[in-house]
Amino acid sequence: MRERMLTYIARRLALTVPVLFGVVTLVFALIHLVPGDPAQAMLGESAPPADLVELRARLGLDQPLGVQYERYLVGVLHGDLGTSFRYGTPVSREIAARVGRTAELAVVAMVFAVLFAVPLGVIGALYQGKWVDEVATGVSLAGIAMPNFWLGPVLAIVFAVQLGWLPVSGTGSWRHFVLPAVTLGAALAAMTARITRASVIEELRELYVLAARARGLSASRAVVRHALRNSLIPVVTVLGLQLGSVLTGTIITETIFSWPGVGRLLIQAINFRDYPLVQGCILLIATTYVLMNLAVDVVYAWLDPRIRYS
Amino acid sequence: MMRRVGIAIVGLMVIAAVVGPWIAPDDPFTQHLSQRLGGMSWRHPLGLDELGRDEMARLFAGARLSLLVGVVVVGLSASIGTIVGAVAGYFGGWPDEVIGRLMDVLLAFPGILLAIALVAMLGPSLSNVIWALVVIGWVGYARLVRGQALRVRELDYVQAARALGASSARIILRHVIPATLPAVIVQGTLGMAGVIIAEASLSFLGLGVQPPAPSWGTMIDAGRSHLFDAPHLTIVPGLAIALVVIGLNFAGDELRDRIDPRKAS
Repeated sequence: MRERMLTYIARRLALTVPVLFGVVTLVFALIHLVPGDPAQAMLGESAPPADLVELRARLGLDQPLGVQYERYLVGVLHGDLGTSFRYGTPVSREIAARVGRTAELAVVAMVFAVLFAVPLGVIGALYQGKWVDEVATGVSLAGIAMPNFWLGPVLAIVFAVQLGWLPVSGTGSWRHFVLPAVTLGAALAAMTARITRASVIEELRELYVLAARARGLSASRAVVRHALRNSLIPVVTVLGLQLGSVLTGTIITETIFSWPGVGRLLIQAINFRDYPLVQGCILLIATTYVLMNLAVDVVYAWLDPRIRYS
Repeated sequence: MMRRVGIAIVGLMVIAAVVGPWIAPDDPFTQHLSQRLGGMSWRHPLGLDELGRDEMARLFAGARLSLLVGVVVVGLSASIGTIVGAVAGYFGGWPDEVIGRLMDVLLAFPGILLAIALVAMLGPSLSNVIWALVVIGWVGYARLVRGQALRVRELDYVQAARALGASSARIILRHVIPATLPAVIVQGTLGMAGVIIAEASLSFLGLGVQPPAPSWGTMIDAGRSHLFDAPHLTIVPGLAIALVVIGLNFAGDELRDRIDPRKAS
């Protein structure tokens, strides 16, 4: 069994390596999409020619494409993502200073989503077709339809501006997490609630649950003690599939709430035409996504032996 | 019932986009600086924005832009994805391998990250947003069509066409692609909601349509500076996006059930 698992992990890893290689290649190619001369775009039309030559050399743009690619690959493998044009410091250092903040926000948002969505989905399933279910379904539908770049400002209007309960930006205490985490986690919570509801309804029809009910267990106890555990497998699947939207959601959420993470750094770098920093942020987010998908697949295989035998 | 409401919302959006200039006769670009942030009135039912422009006229112009981007991006993505997916699925072998690896790499970028990256490099503009969304959009259609093409190529009538000497191009165009179209149309309807949100997201981040052109994303972004004194500038375009997304999802569900009753929920 252990051998099967290791074979599965090795096979999955072997599939990931070419994808990562492709991601690095695409990120390298990005700077060559800049219309005209990237150095000119960064320094502006009136930049002195000497400065342009110096920046081209610093970015390696004066070298043949093959050499540039080789240097980039070697650099990435050594954790060297180039130098930020704006800060004059290594890109990896700028990212490292902010990645923790983004991870904190993403984790808190996902925890919020699960803590909010699972009870909402269970309540919807228990009261299927009743007004409580209608309300729960309405809430989750609204969560899916509301874009986070709208929900964030609306939450700020209500809870920061009108009620004055929560800060609208910054970091430092748990109160600073509330609005960004709810904004980031709302769509995930909505989707998770819908899946939980559908999954619990399905599970409630299973014989073992009906047997538990026949023994006199109430519907809610039957859900909590029996159905919920099996219902959570599709929920884990959804959480895995939604990692991507959480990661890209951080870009918008951090911008709205001035959260000092990688997402905000990316937008600032774009506005400043700091192309090496843009490339570094994109590479980090995409690589994180690929590796997290790998981790999720391995966890599935561990949870469900049918996957590793297929 | 909800699905009919959804279809009605989409219909209203199309009507608003088409006849908007007659419903809200003010020009969406004309500024009345003396009346900036003016409240709701008979003349300006949704008030005036931070530069004194009629909010309703801008909302309708934004609907036109969203619809345009949605139709163009879905149309181009679906066309490219259908052809590429049909070729990969029908031929298999190395074309399928090459296309499959390319799709793997593009799918390694979560959500609109690649679109953000592309627009960041190409520069913010409507046409660059459209191209960036097509680059990330065609993959979904290609995957869908590839799967369908793998099934269709084994069907008797396709085998018969091959036995009669029909060329691969003819079989793909006359038999494989038509068989996959219903699924593509449903995915296109559902995908349009995602495209509209993606365009608004990029515009919100300052990477899409540039002011003064009215996009729902730029309107929300501009409204953020007036959360205290004019919250409706943020709330109204956001509600429009949410309603259209719900409407398109319901319309897509209805279309799916009509096209393929076996999947009716």
